[in-house]
Amino acid sequence: MTTRILMSGNEAAARGALDAGCKALFAYPITPQTEIMEHMAKELPKVGGVYLQVEGEYAAIYMTYAASLTGERVMTASSGCGLALMSEGISYCHAADAPLVIVDVSRLGPGIGTGGQHGQSDYRMVVHGGGNGGYHSIVLAPADCQETYDTVQLAFYLADKYRIVVMVLTDFMIARSEELVETRRLEFGPLPAKDWALKGKANKGGRFDVHRGGQTWATTVDYFTEHQELYRKIEASEIRFETYKTEEADFLLTAYGSMANVCHRAVDLAREQGLKVGLFRPISLWPFPVTELRALARKSGKVLVVEDCEGQYVDDVRCAVEGQVPVHLLGIWGRHNKTAWGVIHPERVLEEVTSLYGK
Amino acid sequence: MVSKTNEVKVYGKPRMRTDFPLPQCAGCHGPLLGKIISEVLEEMDLDGKTIAVAGVSCCAPGRLGDLAWDVMGGAHGPTVAEAVAIKRMRPDAFVIASAGDGEIGAIGIQYFMHAMLRGDKITTFMVNNACYAATGGQLAPTTLLGTVTTTSPYGRSADNEGYPLHAAELAAHIKGVAYSARVAVYSPAAFQSAKKCIRKAFQKQLDRVGFGFVEVVSGCPTNWGVQPTGLGKYIEEKMLPEYPLGIFKDVDSIA
Repeated sequence: MTTRILMSGNEAAARGALDAGCKALFAYPITPQTEIMEHMAKELPKVGGVYLQVEGEYAAIYMTYAASLTGERVMTASSGCGLALMSEGISYCHAADAPLVIVDVSRLGPGIGTGGQHGQSDYRMVVHGGGNGGYHSIVLAPADCQETYDTVQLAFYLADKYRIVVMVLTDFMIARSEELVETRRLEFGPLPAKDWALKGKANKGGRFDVHRGGQTWATTVDYFTEHQELYRKIEASEIRFETYKTEEADFLLTAYGSMANVCHRAVDLAREQGLKVGLFRPISLWPFPVTELRALARKSGKVLVVEDCEGQYVDDVRCAVEGQVPVHLLGIWGRHNKTAWGVIHPERVLEEVTSLYGK
Repeated sequence: MVSKTNEVKVYGKPRMRTDFPLPQCAGCHGPLLGKIISEVLEEMDLDGKTIAVAGVSCCAPGRLGDLAWDVMGGAHGPTVAEAVAIKRMRPDAFVIASAGDGEIGAIGIQYFMHAMLRGDKITTFMVNNACYAATGGQLAPTTLLGTVTTTSPYGRSADNEGYPLHAAELAAHIKGVAYSARVAVYSPAAFQSAKKCIRKAFQKQLDRVGFGFVEVVSGCPTNWGVQPTGLGKYIEEKMLPEYPLGIFKDVDSIA
């Protein structure tokens, strides 16, 4: 019998982590992420896990990094400026091939922004990285509470499979929506043993491990070539996306996360009017479904990106489409009012589609 | 070869010391700290359960594989936070953090303070050589007033750069701290006394009393511009008046 529980997207992220066997959360409160911490604070002690509200996001990422080197599944969560503070630490995690999960509940705007209201402007920082040195995190963007729960479990699996940082990018709308979520531990397959974990050499037959980042002076270039090989392997196996009514479509909407839900409804509205509109939703933002998006864009002939910020995801779409078809953007100016609580409604998306359709 | 059973080994390198070449400058006191830590860990039979976090500083022992222990090379600053996380994940491991005065006293002082406030049950070493040594002798929080460094070309002034950090005295005022001492390794007597303090600091972690802290006054011939043979005189005349050796806190329980 399946269990379905009414929960928010943030609670879904926390429950997904716990059901994946996450044993620690080190984090600092920030809206709109805090409910993840609040749930973990209650639940982790019950399963013998480690929960610690730390002195800032720097400490959160470095503690998560160190904890991951003990071989346990661990995570942290943040938003906007908090994630920006973690950038250096994320870079260190990549240098040391530390497998861990970071949930980012996107904020809007630079600096303190809107103080944690809705928006999708963490995209560039999460997908293209704020840290130094050149790295890729796997980035997954669920669109609802169930998918958030499932995706966090997948994130832990991918982190362990590739020894890499996996980021789950949600936003206020997903985090604060409540839905019935079916809870069960997902099985993804076997994983390599963590024989590199720090547990004291007496527990490892006298062998000791030195973790100080992948680069040494003698093998600097090897670090980069090995990681490029890893990235190509991930690109070949971990592309995830969803399409909706794209067969015979002659107009392509594309959006990720909560804006994909808005576009989903806009497709239905357009179809009611006889407009052959389809939707492409990337789930993995890195690796990005470049060829799949390009093929659909070419077939449709026209692309409209919808994202609730000034335009960040649109850059990746333009890069994928390579100028072969026009790419338009409906950004934050599409909100129904000018406030921090304004929303881009499906009707507004339809209006934009109509103005571009057939031209 | 004939075995000479009446011979007793009285001195040698610690078992933990690997063949990895020491990267420090000739005369640096840093490797002596690694030596004491190794000796005490071996005497207390702790090396097998030790997990160390060695910071980004030229004197943090064991970062490069020069000591046979499970070790994480910390980032510059959060070494103490990283050690805290490892101890929380593996409470039965013996966890050591070691870093320089720049790391613990400047960029990482937040992690240092909060680990002490929480009374995290780890042992932290701060190497005080009054400069940023790995980057070539810049001003550190511990640089003595008046000292010329590459980034204080007119000498450290109280007006501009403020006063030297007294980390061991600071730690002693914080409730979560079980042990705080300042030691040095410039002479055999200082070395032996440092060893006693380090053993005591380790015992606090084993007894789960609280945070243990040992500040180590360490000679840096390269950046001080002093011959290795002159380090003892320099330390006694310049460093110790500002940084007196001693035990500033030693409690068996924190109520």
